[in-house]
Amino acid sequence: MAKKKPSLNIPDAPHRPGDDASFETWPWKPGDLDRPDPIKCTAEDTMPHAQGLIRVLDGSNKASGAWDPGLDADVLRQGLEHMVRVRIFDDRMMKMQRTGKLSFYMRSFGEECVAIAQSMALETQDWIFPTYRQPGAQFVRGRDMVSMICHCIGNVEDNIKGRQMPVHYSYRDGRFISVSSPVGTQFSQAVGVAMASQYRGLDEVTITWIGDGASAEGDYHYALNFASVYKAPVILNLVNNQWAISTHANFATGDGGFASRGLPYGLASLRVDGNDFLALYSVTKWARDRAAAGVGATHIEVLTYRAGAHSSSDDPSRYRSSDESAKWPGGDPIERLRDHLIEIGEWSEEKHTELEEQVDEQVMSAYKEAVSHGDLATGPYPSSDNIFTEVYQEMPWHLEEQFDEMRRELND
Amino acid sequence: MTSMNMIQSLNSALDIMLENDDGVIVFGEDVGYFGGVFRTTDGLQAKHGEHRVFDTPLSEGGILSAAFGMGLNGLRPVVEIQFADYIFPAYDQIVNELAKVRHRSGGEYWSPVTVRTPAGGGIRGGHHHSQSPESQFTHTPGLKVAYCSTPYNAKGLLISAIESDDPVIFFEPKRCYRGPFYGDPHNVPTWEGHPEAEVPEAHYTVPLGEARLAMEGDDCTVIAWGAMVHVCEQAINNSGVSCDLIDLQTLVPWDREVVVNSIEKTGRCVIVHEAPKTSGFGAEMAASVQERCFYHLESPIERVTGWDTPFPHTTEWDYMPGPSRIVAAIHRTQVD
Repeated sequence: MAKKKPSLNIPDAPHRPGDDASFETWPWKPGDLDRPDPIKCTAEDTMPHAQGLIRVLDGSNKASGAWDPGLDADVLRQGLEHMVRVRIFDDRMMKMQRTGKLSFYMRSFGEECVAIAQSMALETQDWIFPTYRQPGAQFVRGRDMVSMICHCIGNVEDNIKGRQMPVHYSYRDGRFISVSSPVGTQFSQAVGVAMASQYRGLDEVTITWIGDGASAEGDYHYALNFASVYKAPVILNLVNNQWAISTHANFATGDGGFASRGLPYGLASLRVDGNDFLALYSVTKWARDRAAAGVGATHIEVLTYRAGAHSSSDDPSRYRSSDESAKWPGGDPIERLRDHLIEIGEWSEEKHTELEEQVDEQVMSAYKEAVSHGDLATGPYPSSDNIFTEVYQEMPWHLEEQFDEMRRELND
Repeated sequence: MTSMNMIQSLNSALDIMLENDDGVIVFGEDVGYFGGVFRTTDGLQAKHGEHRVFDTPLSEGGILSAAFGMGLNGLRPVVEIQFADYIFPAYDQIVNELAKVRHRSGGEYWSPVTVRTPAGGGIRGGHHHSQSPESQFTHTPGLKVAYCSTPYNAKGLLISAIESDDPVIFFEPKRCYRGPFYGDPHNVPTWEGHPEAEVPEAHYTVPLGEARLAMEGDDCTVIAWGAMVHVCEQAINNSGVSCDLIDLQTLVPWDREVVVNSIEKTGRCVIVHEAPKTSGFGAEMAASVQERCFYHLESPIERVTGWDTPFPHTTEWDYMPGPSRIVAAIHRTQVD
């Protein structure tokens, strides 16, 4: 057999440092796609929705088409405020990270809409199994910012007692579970939560998200299969933000598509403009209606762009072009909703500036209160006793011995 | 000889092996274009080509199963699992497949995969960026397990691992990538000027299965691996006791001869690791030491380890064994 030169098919990212980024204009328009009945339609009926892109807001900030949820302006303003809060909160936390007040941080920059629009479309009893880019869902569920900052800076008021890295929020009152750094694990767990709701006859739906990158983990495929087999009341969102640290989505799928992966599993599958608040709200409501009716799960690809670095430890200028974010055809989710509200006469530039100032003050004041309880740079920290507590329901003898040893050591 | 930190010496080992052997391929999450989140594979894709050094989907099970197959079919894959804490989706492929294929095929098949993975604490990484899961692999027949501690042994051991026809799990103490760690988070020296940072630029090996005597003394044998080697050095200096410090380097197969000879001399033994105590590799060593050295032992074997708890975030310095706990253990061995 003739030996060829060694080679492998290795995909590349569309734009690398030094390239001028350019994206093709989106062919998808609001009004392209019908809105099938969420309870009566089959998975197959959603094939056009998995292959197209559900949009409501067009380039001139007008809403149209069957997927327009027809929301009251108050709800839109609420959504805008939550998104603005996420962005300002993130910026403040990133500044704190640079001064050592927390060890690490991850922003939702450019993707604020995902957590906000989708959580707002749920009922309060629904469960939230997020990735690290949906902390904003806690704002929708009413979590106090001071408490969130205390977690991130690992002080004595951290509700999870200094045990986890920042952004690993746990918020039981909001049915919001902590992310796990080994990404993807939440996706199939969420199906189990939904199966329990079903078993117990409760009107609860579970929503979960996974990144384009983590969809290569087994957990993603377990989730689709279990959700399909048991018709679990779960909403399975794949947030395609193009980048997993330095790895482009081209390494997560060989054919560029994610949404339609749900179809052969027998799941209704939709692809949605993830920076379009109205579209995202609408598809989530649709999926909730379907899940709550016992028809089963929906698989949604949320198309967006990771406008910032992966985390405070990352430097994207090393692996993608600097103008890619600005050239992203999906625009900025906050600007788009703001401009829509202005377009319909329900908002103004002045009100927006006022809102930003107001939120900035709230964040600053929460920050000041949180650091008064200590921060990672200077302490005080949660007691080291927390290393040993809640490992088991009751502490076994071998941990008791080690616990005593640690306390003796620390008291010396 | 040139001065290198551990990232550079590991990079040099990969570079040399890519140069020497067409069958060597390097892949994992973010290792290709970007050069790895810790920069260990920096520049290697540009130099050797993207079919030799490449990115993969975020799929540890996929990485290991693909590596298994490539190894079976004549290649010599060197894969990176970004953090040792992330290795568990690949655990089945490692434990049930990679480790056993030679044996279960009657020697017909084998797969010479090297799995590089940053491990251990000290970077404020919390539960899932800090664990040191070596004993979860030392307990699996068919795997060799190495744990480097300095730029010099990192390069030499990694070359041995890649050249080995057996699969090797290769732990890198991430706390020591850019400098030794003496147990004080406020003292962060670089490798510059450290004798073990003098690294030959060319190919050399540190053989798997050989320990390194890092310090020599008479009255106690201290055994450690990874970042704990340097913490032990500090502890021994603080203790005022003359100690042998054995850097195990390879955990499977471990260098029993060096350990036994040392304990026959000193009669005392302290084993230190940052992984939890229960079923830690220190337990295996303590059992073996008493089998071989029972009549030479003057005092009970001491273990200083991480606690049997998850690894904490804010209070990690109260979790990781520090010099004072090790000094206390050394002193306990000195009581007649």
